[in-house]
Amino acid sequence: MTYLAKPTLHHPNLPTNKLGFTHRDYEGSVSTLCAGCGHDSISAAIIQACFELDLPPHRVAKLSGIGCSSKTPTYFLGASHGFNSVHGRMPSVLTGANLANRDLIYLGVSGDGDSASIGLGQFAHSLRRGVNMVYIVENNGVYGLTKGQFSATADKGSKSKRGILNSDEPIDMISMAMNLGASFVARSFSGDKKQLVPLIKAAIQHRGAAFIDCVSPCVAFNNHIGSTKSFDYVREHNDAVNFLDVISGREPITTDYEPGTIQSVRQHDGSTLRLHKLAADYDARDRIAAMNFLQERQAAGEVVTGLLYVDPEAGDLHAYLNTVETPLNELDAVLVPGKAALDKINAGLR
Amino acid sequence: MPESIERTNDFVVKFANVNGSGSASANRLFARSILRMGVPVSPRNIFPSNIQGLPTWYEVRVSEAGHLGARGGADLMVAMNPQTWNEDIASIEPGGYLFYDSTKAMPTSKFRSDVTVIGMPLTEICNAEYTEPRERQLFKNIIYVGALAALLDIELAAVEGLLGDQFKGKEKLIAANVHALHLGNAYAMKHLDCPIGLRIRRADAVGDRIFLEGNNAAALGAVYGGATVCAWYPITPSSSLAEAFQRHCGRYRLDPETKKSRHAIVQAEDELASIGMVIGAAWNGARAFTATSGPGISLMQEFIGLAYFAEIPAVVFDVQRGGPSTGMPTRTQQSDILSCAYASHGDTKHILLLPEDPRECFTMGADAFDLADRLQTPVFVMLDLDIGMNERLCAPLDWDDARRLDRGKVMTAADLDAGKDFGRYLDVDGDGIPYRTYPGTHPKRGAFFTRGTTKDSRARYSEEGPDYVENMQRLLKKFETAKELVPHPVVRDAKQPTRFGAIFYGSTSPAMHEAVAALEAQGLHLDTLRIRAFPFHDDILDFVAAHDHVFVVEQNRDAQLRTLLMTEGDIAPAKLIKVLNYDGTPITARFILREIEKRMADANVVPLRKAVP
Ligand SMILES: Cc1ncc(C[n+]2csc(CCOP(=O)(O)OP(=O)(O)O)c2C)c(N)n1
Ligand code: SF4
Ligand SMILES: [Mg+2]
Repeated sequence: MTYLAKPTLHHPNLPTNKLGFTHRDYEGSVSTLCAGCGHDSISAAIIQACFELDLPPHRVAKLSGIGCSSKTPTYFLGASHGFNSVHGRMPSVLTGANLANRDLIYLGVSGDGDSASIGLGQFAHSLRRGVNMVYIVENNGVYGLTKGQFSATADKGSKSKRGILNSDEPIDMISMAMNLGASFVARSFSGDKKQLVPLIKAAIQHRGAAFIDCVSPCVAFNNHIGSTKSFDYVREHNDAVNFLDVISGREPITTDYEPGTIQSVRQHDGSTLRLHKLAADYDARDRIAAMNFLQERQAAGEVVTGLLYVDPEAGDLHAYLNTVETPLNELDAVLVPGKAALDKINAGLR
Repeated sequence: MPESIERTNDFVVKFANVNGSGSASANRLFARSILRMGVPVSPRNIFPSNIQGLPTWYEVRVSEAGHLGARGGADLMVAMNPQTWNEDIASIEPGGYLFYDSTKAMPTSKFRSDVTVIGMPLTEICNAEYTEPRERQLFKNIIYVGALAALLDIELAAVEGLLGDQFKGKEKLIAANVHALHLGNAYAMKHLDCPIGLRIRRADAVGDRIFLEGNNAAALGAVYGGATVCAWYPITPSSSLAEAFQRHCGRYRLDPETKKSRHAIVQAEDELASIGMVIGAAWNGARAFTATSGPGISLMQEFIGLAYFAEIPAVVFDVQRGGPSTGMPTRTQQSDILSCAYASHGDTKHILLLPEDPRECFTMGADAFDLADRLQTPVFVMLDLDIGMNERLCAPLDWDDARRLDRGKVMTAADLDAGKDFGRYLDVDGDGIPYRTYPGTHPKRGAFFTRGTTKDSRARYSEEGPDYVENMQRLLKKFETAKELVPHPVVRDAKQPTRFGAIFYGSTSPAMHEAVAALEAQGLHLDTLRIRAFPFHDDILDFVAAHDHVFVVEQNRDAQLRTLLMTEGDIAPAKLIKVLNYDGTPITARFILREIEKRMADANVVPLRKAVP
């Protein structure tokens, strides 16, 4: 089997968004992943989020590394340009792409092997540079594509399908992302679309480096008893601190909530994130407190999910580099200083 | 004792200094003042990275005949570093001169009897004149330039003119420097035997030529080539290329109204990231480059393969040095030829451009971006430390204002709307070069998924053998197309028909020209061909075919270009004779002459002069 094109016939009654696109317009080709793989649910959530945000699909660029997770960009947003790069190096390719054209939306998809092992350096540096992007790690604790070796996010003491115990400390990408200056940090679960879709929407609207660690069970190699990345384990230990509504600027806020249960965060594009607090004293704008909270709960074996940290005032790499508003790839006509300038340079070199 | 060397406008002065003593700008002043007198010079910085105390040398070859290659040896040694005294004294040619700071007496055993010793109490003079330590340090250098002017007959006005240019608008600084200059000059005139046997005489041999470093020129090439994205990781000897680009961008790449940047420069976390960023930016339609050296090239291998197969333009400036990472980082070599030509895994080959001097660093630097876009592939511009980090005389840089950036085969939204068929890897024009679209071009058409080779000609996922082979064949065809597009070789025929040819490239040029002239003077005739690019143009193979013996002159141990010639041109190894210099010093005419003379003798050629009784 090589390529599976989806039939493009549209059902006449499919709902459309503001741009007149249907859900189908955000899909890609048929997934070749294992049936039940968590990664497919994340693709579905991305499709849903883009549809709901009324994004023109071609204004999204999707980039990935290598792995089952990194294959998924083929399976969503078929009208977008995509780039399956090399193992662990999606962040640098995305950074370069972003520098070339600041007007597109950049969606980086990676795996835990891709980002926490071979690509840990690029993961770190892209976040600390504040590249304006959504960076999703589809975290299953194993190398799916190379058939089930432990990845660097596998918890210490968790058991592989073949019964081997993992003796290495896990890398917690969430804590790292916060440390490194990501300005939007969330964790979710591929099995919780309700939580995940709004998080992806909010991350897309966020300016700056938005990181989502999405636990995404591998049904082929890491969904057994003894794994801490299985569907059952995550359902049991999911400790959601909040859930989210994303409200675009114009929509009025209608419902009343009990005081103290809602945290509203206005993003720079005018949208509002309405956080329904589940952990009463959790403040997603307080980075230090968030980090403490995370450490405590994780030590207790919980999988903390939700929008864990957001800085709505964050800048991005273009702001730091003070680049012009026009995308650099559209500047051809003004780039060459010309002969007169060169003659002056020559004169200064004699 | 041999007679003291007597030579005008043809000698080598070498400065031995301590790094950070402010000597660099004084030495440069010295070299440029000779240029201002119309006499060509070629200076070279020598700066080992591994000796404590950081000695540096600056070697100035003066040559009215215009020989810009390194010569070797020193006729006048300006020995300002006690630490390297012994080796400095040893490197003076018999009959040469030694200039040193005689404030502290030196035992006679420290001198050579066949060298004229010129002592001047520089420190004493400085201490008497200046009180501040920093001034003492800086002006000491200017004082010796003044003394050298007296010793070598350099016009003080030439030096003063340069000081005036350098400190334009800072009259106080000009006056202070001119004062120090005169101080040194007057002392030498009064106390030393001026001039010595080495002299500068005003000439008209410089013309309108300019004097700049290859790295700087390449950076200007990147500006003129329309580069907007630069991602790099510091490594000698390439760092000054990226830094020069940054400087030029501050001048030529700011929006005149908002002062915002029309460029983005990122100092990446390593070379993997720098090439990744370049590839991402180029994929997205910006012109992007990185500058690096051998160790960086090694780290970039995987990505370079991706760019080759995914057909993404990327420009890499490789300023070559000795390998490996802890090797000879501050020494010149041409030893990345193979690792660039065949960079990565799988069947890959890449475009190499081989500039001979800063002027070609500029032109090839700019052309590289057109070639990369036209051919949708990585292009390497292969500088080396010798041309990259030294100022070299070369023809002025030139630009045709009618020239436009050649962005190659890019389909626009209008093309797609007009119904043009888009398949990312379709060979529509028969030249092996497909069409591409930039991300975000069109709401409905032209999007594709970029990956390595698991694809068909429409960029759909495929692992089928025939799809793979078709793609690989098309890539070969594209490489054929490249042969005509890259800079062609430069052939120079000897005065008489000859069975001998020589092939060379890059920074070997000036030494080669000098050697060929010397051989010719002996009646040994040699046709030459300078290779300027890979893939090899047919003229190169024709040249080899037309000669019985072809010397391949290179600055590496393994004759890397020769290997490339044998492999790509199916040339019998015996025909290509290695002439290899790889001790880290720039190749010299003396070396080439000696090697080729010897081998021509082995091949039983009797020099004309000797043959005629
Ligand atoms: C340089 C390099 N080394 C090794 C590999 C082999 N490889 C492919 S995918 C992969 C691991 C992927 O794991 P992860 O990112 O977690 O993705 P998953 O398949 O679990 O979604 C490895 C090691 C490679 N492609 N490139
Ligand atoms: S191997 Fe695991 S990660 Fe890969 S597709 Fe199958 S279930 Fe998903
Ligand atoms: Mg994984």
